Amino acid sequence: MVERPARLPALPASVIGADGVTLSPAPDGARFVFRGPEGAAQAADEAWGTPLSRVACRATMAMGRAALWLGPDEWLLLAPGEEPETVAAQLAARLPGIGHALVDVSHRQTALILSGVLAETVLAGGNPLDLDIGAFPVGMCTRTLLGKSEIVLWRTGRETFHIEVWRSFAPYVCEFLREHMREFGG
Amino acid sequence: MLLIPCPYCGERPELEFRYGGQAHIARPENPAALSEEDWAGFLYMRDNEKGVHAERWRHVHGCARFFNVVRDTTTDRILGSYKAGETRPETLR
Amino acid sequence: MSDAFRTASGGRIDRARRLAFTFDGRALTGFAGDTLASALIANGVHLVGRSFKYHRPRGIMSAGSDEPNALVTVIRDRARQAPNLRATQVEIYEGLTAISQNRWPSLDFDIGGINDRVSPLLPAGFYYKTFMWPRGFWEKVYEPRIRAAAGLGRVPEGPDPDRYLQRNAHCEVLVIGSGPAGLAAALAAAESGGRVILCDEQNEMGGSLIADHTSSIAGKPAAVWVAETLAQLTAMPRVTLLPRTTAFGYYPHNHLGLVERVTDHLATPDPGQPRERLWQVRAKEVVLASGAIERPLTFPDNDRPGIMLADAAHAYVTRYGAIPGGRAVLATANDSGYRAALALHEAGVEIAAVADLRQAPSGDWLDAARRAGLLVETGATVTGTTGRMRLASVSLARVDGEGGVGGTREIGCDLLLMAGGWTPSVHLFSQSLGKLRFDETLQAYVPGAAPQRIRVAGAAAGIYDLGSALDSGFSAGAAAAGGDGKRNFVVVAAAADTGSVLGSLPHDRDPTKVRAFVDFQNDSTAKDLKLAVREGFRSVEHVKRYTTTGMATDQGKTSNMPMLGILSEAQGKTIPEVGFTTFRPPYTPTTFGNFAGTARGEQFDPVRRTPTHAWAVSQGAVFEDVGLWKRARYFPQRGEDMHAAVLRECRAVRAGVGIFDGSTLGKIEVVGPDAAEFMNRMYVNPWTKLGTGRCRYGIMLREDGFVMDDGVVGRLAPDRFHVTTTTGGAAAVLNMMEDYLQTEWPDLRVWLTSATEQWAVIAVQGPAARAVLEPLVEGIDLSAVALPHMALAEGTICGVPTRLFRVSFTGELGFEINVPSDYGQAVWEAVYAAGIPHGITPYGTESMHVLRAEKGFIIVGQETDGTVTPDDAGLTWAVGKAKPDFVGKRSLSRSGMMDANRKQLVGLMSADNVTVLEEGVQIVADPNQPVPMSVLGHVTSSYLSPSLGHPIALALLAGGRARHGETLHVPMPGGRSIAVQVVPPVFYDPEGTRLNG
Repeated sequence: MVERPARLPALPASVIGADGVTLSPAPDGARFVFRGPEGAAQAADEAWGTPLSRVACRATMAMGRAALWLGPDEWLLLAPGEEPETVAAQLAARLPGIGHALVDVSHRQTALILSGVLAETVLAGGNPLDLDIGAFPVGMCTRTLLGKSEIVLWRTGRETFHIEVWRSFAPYVCEFLREHMREFGG
Repeated sequence: MLLIPCPYCGERPELEFRYGGQAHIARPENPAALSEEDWAGFLYMRDNEKGVHAERWRHVHGCARFFNVVRDTTTDRILGSYKAGETRPETLR
Repeated sequence: MSDAFRTASGGRIDRARRLAFTFDGRALTGFAGDTLASALIANGVHLVGRSFKYHRPRGIMSAGSDEPNALVTVIRDRARQAPNLRATQVEIYEGLTAISQNRWPSLDFDIGGINDRVSPLLPAGFYYKTFMWPRGFWEKVYEPRIRAAAGLGRVPEGPDPDRYLQRNAHCEVLVIGSGPAGLAAALAAAESGGRVILCDEQNEMGGSLIADHTSSIAGKPAAVWVAETLAQLTAMPRVTLLPRTTAFGYYPHNHLGLVERVTDHLATPDPGQPRERLWQVRAKEVVLASGAIERPLTFPDNDRPGIMLADAAHAYVTRYGAIPGGRAVLATANDSGYRAALALHEAGVEIAAVADLRQAPSGDWLDAARRAGLLVETGATVTGTTGRMRLASVSLARVDGEGGVGGTREIGCDLLLMAGGWTPSVHLFSQSLGKLRFDETLQAYVPGAAPQRIRVAGAAAGIYDLGSALDSGFSAGAAAAGGDGKRNFVVVAAAADTGSVLGSLPHDRDPTKVRAFVDFQNDSTAKDLKLAVREGFRSVEHVKRYTTTGMATDQGKTSNMPMLGILSEAQGKTIPEVGFTTFRPPYTPTTFGNFAGTARGEQFDPVRRTPTHAWAVSQGAVFEDVGLWKRARYFPQRGEDMHAAVLRECRAVRAGVGIFDGSTLGKIEVVGPDAAEFMNRMYVNPWTKLGTGRCRYGIMLREDGFVMDDGVVGRLAPDRFHVTTTTGGAAAVLNMMEDYLQTEWPDLRVWLTSATEQWAVIAVQGPAARAVLEPLVEGIDLSAVALPHMALAEGTICGVPTRLFRVSFTGELGFEINVPSDYGQAVWEAVYAAGIPHGITPYGTESMHVLRAEKGFIIVGQETDGTVTPDDAGLTWAVGKAKPDFVGKRSLSRSGMMDANRKQLVGLMSADNVTVLEEGVQIVADPNQPVPMSVLGHVTSSYLSPSLGHPIALALLAGGRARHGETLHVPMPGGRSIAVQVVPPVFYDPEGTRLNG
């Protein structure tokens, strides 16, 4: 058995800091798109370990795993630090015979964490949504845009956002955020 | 930029959407049974409403769903929206 | 450093901070708080520009964004030269360099001034009338000359070095304008606790109250009330104050564009700061408190330097302490003109005369003027002026009740104040699609019904009285925030008056000889407008375009209403019957940088790079853009050009083995119990019988029957397909699939997921491909029996999970290795290393194109153009004819789609066996036929074939398959033509023995 090489992520592991806002890469791991009808989602609630939100644009988290509602039959499952094939096999074993789609997207996208009191302001440089805590509360997640790139935006804390972005768009998104952090010393 | 009420996600900025043409143009059950003229009508003939118009949008950079919007093309006022496959509500006529 | 034209004290300038600046090279000084206009006035400089058409000397007319004359260029360095800025809005800073425009060689002596003397030859519509003949002259003579003479400022020479940012903002209430109504509205809205944004185009908030020394609000001087109100608003965390911010556009659903000028007023801007910031505001409610603009008067020679709006003169004296003249005449149609005259009088300016156009005016201001000893003539008008570079005298005359003019006398003066009444700034209201209503009392358009969530308060709504403006602002702000709060502001202020004049003033001069300017920036006159009416122009929109009135960079802020007045007289219609012209964004000129934001250079669009991009860079690859992707086009060695590199790369693939990055191919994972049925409906091919571990070349049509996309599809499991698409088609294919699935066949249990970026794709192609891969692969038998052409298997390569496809786009034995993207580079490097003993050669998209053309494989978008059916492209073999239906099937049997004379894919060989055709050239039967020739088709791909040693081409040719063997012709520029022979489109290994090896 040949030893598997290390993953070479789309972004370097460097952190960009400014007054009141920090941008850092999120740890890699396993990611899946899970799609299917209600019956499959019920099975997945159990199998994944954190229930798949039936409420639009909401994420749930438990035991280091997360499930992000992306559409009425579509969830993004995140398992940072875990091995994709292992997780996929476990999950598939617990969803037998129920029509659904489980697709490994661990390498399709990468993630960034933007945090700090100015995180909302920096995002507002390229995202058209109302990011006020009242309109975009902690736990809210959605596909949306940052500049000219699609992202998945997930608010994990009052001042912390998790940004999922397709691999080849990651350098653009990173540079876009950096440009908007410059006036705060970034 | 319009503010479009997605039936799943609520009001979202137009940037997240892609226009999908006139609503309620159903693909015929059995295309082979259609005359050449009827098929051409299905393919190409669309209303060009000045006023209230039912149209499709896809929340492509959101929940990715296609749905229907009733919009006044003269003022851009949106009367409401409903899911794909649903009939146009009486209140949106 | 003479301050001869400064008041002794007062105003909003900081007299302790003297700033040096230059104008046309002249070293001058001003104070912090000055605009360029106020500083020039304080230096006694009144000639600041030349007019657009006649090059007439012009001065400063206004004190705000309505300025038509005083346009300047501000220069920071070679690349930072902002033309056409209004001097009335440019804040001075230490070292500011400004120059005047539209003059050569200098402002005092301008050659273009000849236009003024020949002005009778330059009437309205001059361009349209004069340059019609002789016909050929337009392109060669007239247009280049006009272009050279046209335009105002010059654009900077270098790329813009400044940064521009954008910000999306959301609020419950956006208040536009920070005068009394706006401040009161912001106050009321903020008290509700919602998010409030208050913006104002000026550097200082307060609007008309900034320079108001006579009124008091709530027992305090107006300035104190402003300061306290602003302090209160600043302390509220949900309130955002944006000075130097112009609301320039009002778009659907209360979406507004604001531009904030962040650093233009600073001598040394912080490089971290953007020059400007575009705010895209989504406001639940808008309160428009944009005030009103004073109207100039239309009388002969009303455009000389020293002729100024009365309110502007008032602002210069009271706000900036800048004295605009020594001896002034006021021509007024209302009371507010008196306020200016009195302020100037107090500042020591001699008021030589007040000409009140009204026959019997009365009121507080008139009394105050008389008490101050000003000489007031009622029923008086201005009939002319003198003075070339600066106003020298004014002719005043009496007007009787019937409009008769007499008793003219000339008064020496260097300043003439015009007070023609007020025009509410309804621009943004109108942009919001709000209806305007003509108010007979105000003689002005005011806001009517509003389809969007907008309220208008204060002078913008025609409410001029200070107390009423404050009250209207407060209730608008409260209502916008969802409340019903009211406040009666206790105000001590002079009563507002509504006097105004529209149309040109009566005079006793020869109407054919005098010019009374309406649009000062575009030099259109009352005479031009009347001429347009005589020539038959009816619609105000047509008159506007014919005379260019209101079409300059000020968009007619000061000229639109006077124009309507003149048209009303000339056409014998009421003002509402005349109509008005459309208000469009932007309210004031807005930089391109704002709209571009950070979308420039590397960040113009996302640049998508594949997982092995860095390796290709290290090998010296030349890249090409394919959509947003960077793809390696060829890998030149030792000074090779593209041609030589492609020749070498292609030969290496045919003789040994090549390696190619196919990662950009679109990939969609189609999963679910009904996956095969879905594929049957979406693609022309049959899928039911495709076994697991097998692939098929799939073709997707649009419903109209034309080829939309193609790609290899592999079946991973009975319920799982790995679908590939073209690089550019990935998003559109997924969109179309989702469309059918969601809206036509929601009952199908199948789900789609984009997997494009999950997989790096490494194509290894050539006779030695198997030998290269065998040592690296585990769990997959690569033999021809176990993994034949168009098969796929899952296993590992270099320890990494792979989906290994046995496919070929080159015609050789080939594999496409799919590995998770983060392993792409490692696997590529391992394959490359393993291939070195076999002479493995990296090849790019150019060689890929040549290799596939030798095999007659089409590229969607090159051989197809949205009008090509599968049969046209020679792909009928792929169509599942037994299937009852698939997307596009019905269209294929429309009569036009079955015409035997449709353009069909063929091969072409140049008869001389040497000439490589140009892609896109047309094909004809007889090259000697007269033009326009009857065209049979066109060349879609053309290369010199390295494998065959002669040129090959693919073409779409009418009835092409029946023409094999014919000789046709490709006409070229210069009368030459190239003979070509029609052949089948597969040039190389037509039996396919090589790819089955």
